[in-house]
Amino acid sequence: MNNIELIFPEIFISLSIMFLLILGVFKKDSSKIIHNISLLVLFITAVITFNETLSINPTTLFNESIIIDYLSSFMKIITLLAAFVVLLISSNYLRTFKIFKIEYPILILSSVLGMMIMISSNDLIVFYMGLELQSLALYVLATFNRDQLKSSEAGLKYFVLSALSSGLLLYGCSLIYGFTSSTNFNVISTQFNTNEYAITFGIVFILVGLAFKISAVPFHMWAPDVYEGSPTSVTLFFTMVPKIAALTVFIRFLYVPFLNLIDQWQMILVFLSIASMLFGAIAAIGQKNLKRLIAYSSISHIGYALAGLATGSNEGIQSSVIYMTIYIIMNLGFFSCLLMMKRNNIYYEQIDDLSGLSKNHPLLSISLLIVLFSLAGIPPLAGFFAKFYIFKSVIEQSMYFLAIVGLLSTVVAAFYYLRIIKIMYFDEEKESYDKDHNLWLKLSLTVSTILILMYFIFPSELIDVVSKINII
Amino acid sequence: MIEIGLGHYLTLGAVIFSIGVIGIFLNRKNIIVILMSIELILLAVNINLVSFSIYLGDLTGQVFTLFILTVAAAEAAIGLAIIVVYYRNAGTIRVEEIDKLKG
Repeated sequence: MNNIELIFPEIFISLSIMFLLILGVFKKDSSKIIHNISLLVLFITAVITFNETLSINPTTLFNESIIIDYLSSFMKIITLLAAFVVLLISSNYLRTFKIFKIEYPILILSSVLGMMIMISSNDLIVFYMGLELQSLALYVLATFNRDQLKSSEAGLKYFVLSALSSGLLLYGCSLIYGFTSSTNFNVISTQFNTNEYAITFGIVFILVGLAFKISAVPFHMWAPDVYEGSPTSVTLFFTMVPKIAALTVFIRFLYVPFLNLIDQWQMILVFLSIASMLFGAIAAIGQKNLKRLIAYSSISHIGYALAGLATGSNEGIQSSVIYMTIYIIMNLGFFSCLLMMKRNNIYYEQIDDLSGLSKNHPLLSISLLIVLFSLAGIPPLAGFFAKFYIFKSVIEQSMYFLAIVGLLSTVVAAFYYLRIIKIMYFDEEKESYDKDHNLWLKLSLTVSTILILMYFIFPSELIDVVSKINII
Repeated sequence: MIEIGLGHYLTLGAVIFSIGVIGIFLNRKNIIVILMSIELILLAVNINLVSFSIYLGDLTGQVFTLFILTVAAAEAAIGLAIIVVYYRNAGTIRVEEIDKLKG
């Protein structure tokens, strides 16, 4: 087998999962050691991916069903690092709720394995298997605090809607297979001179399924409930990691097999993008729970990332990838703050609990201020640049309506971010929160804040890395 | 005597698929029914894939079907486990009573 070393990261991570499962069975009280080994595994896998695959030319494996190129390697590294950070900062939260168990890191590892397969997939079957591997692990993660009603309800809702979306996606896959006689993306791209309508039908089904997975409006209804009900560390995982994989699949699916049908899917993507941006901005205004609020905010951020994809140009794809990368860093900062709002072993997650935070915790509130300003897209923070690249690529393709709606919804969204800041700085102060936080939690908040703050000094670093992504 | 061709199989698939989707949205009583509807959707996809595979003379569709059958089994197992966990916490699996998370 040629080039087998290119899937070493996947092989390594799956062998580690099996090893950790066996270790968990035979060794008593092994949750701490398994947690640490999983961190190591994620880090090593990221290093292997970086060394082995980042600089190579696009290569396909296993009858062209897996593709390793710059996009897949970059997205895999981001996925692995994001999962690494999530695992790193969630240990204290899990201990507080007495759910620090061996299954947690193993489930995260298996969902990451599924995402890596999704990211590299060049075939409908491989894509579906990766998608299911990650979803099955995520259902269990959402239910992880299984003695709590909210968590089990979140898992139940996530399971039902996600299984429905997989069904829709599969129906689309079957139609595309039937009318192009292949499941391979490269073969499909040469096949659709006949029966364009049937294939468009299939594309619509698959887009609906994928839109469910990244919670784009009008397929977003699961997101606020699931984000609110799941344990906060799992919510952090949900808002960051699966979206990277789903966005990569979006890119690959639209731009490899169906680039010639761009007239058919462009309008769908523009609609999804506009609806997500507006709905996410407006529905977040009335929220009282911070996790629910961040769910709506993530819906609106996904809208911006989709706007980049709707352009049909390489610049658009690159701006979406930059947007997701910066969005992940901002989210990390936000959730680090959320995980610090703890008093006497109780975590607080209402917006009112933030009131007067600046008096007792000046450093925490200044970091949260920077993160929120960046989420609102205020210059010179990283969030502004992310939106700037999106709008630039959208306007270059003369899609002015999309750009105008995007700008308007930014203004609406700024309202609720600024409201949190107002509550933090000008409202009555409450009891102070615990100050003895985990070192890693402090570190992740510091690093993400500094990255957001300092991005404008070195904007070319990220652009250089991302500009090597060439799909079209 | 009518010749049964690809169109008939596809219609059957589409009908079963629609029954599954409608079953998820119209059902107000029991979550187990939702689980059954999900299985119906996957079965409809399998009918589609197998009939396409026969029609095209290409084995990929049948391989895909085998994968889907396996995944459907795993999904049903996890779904039932989640329903059991939910039932232990809430004491009910009536769909209209699953409303603790709202906003």
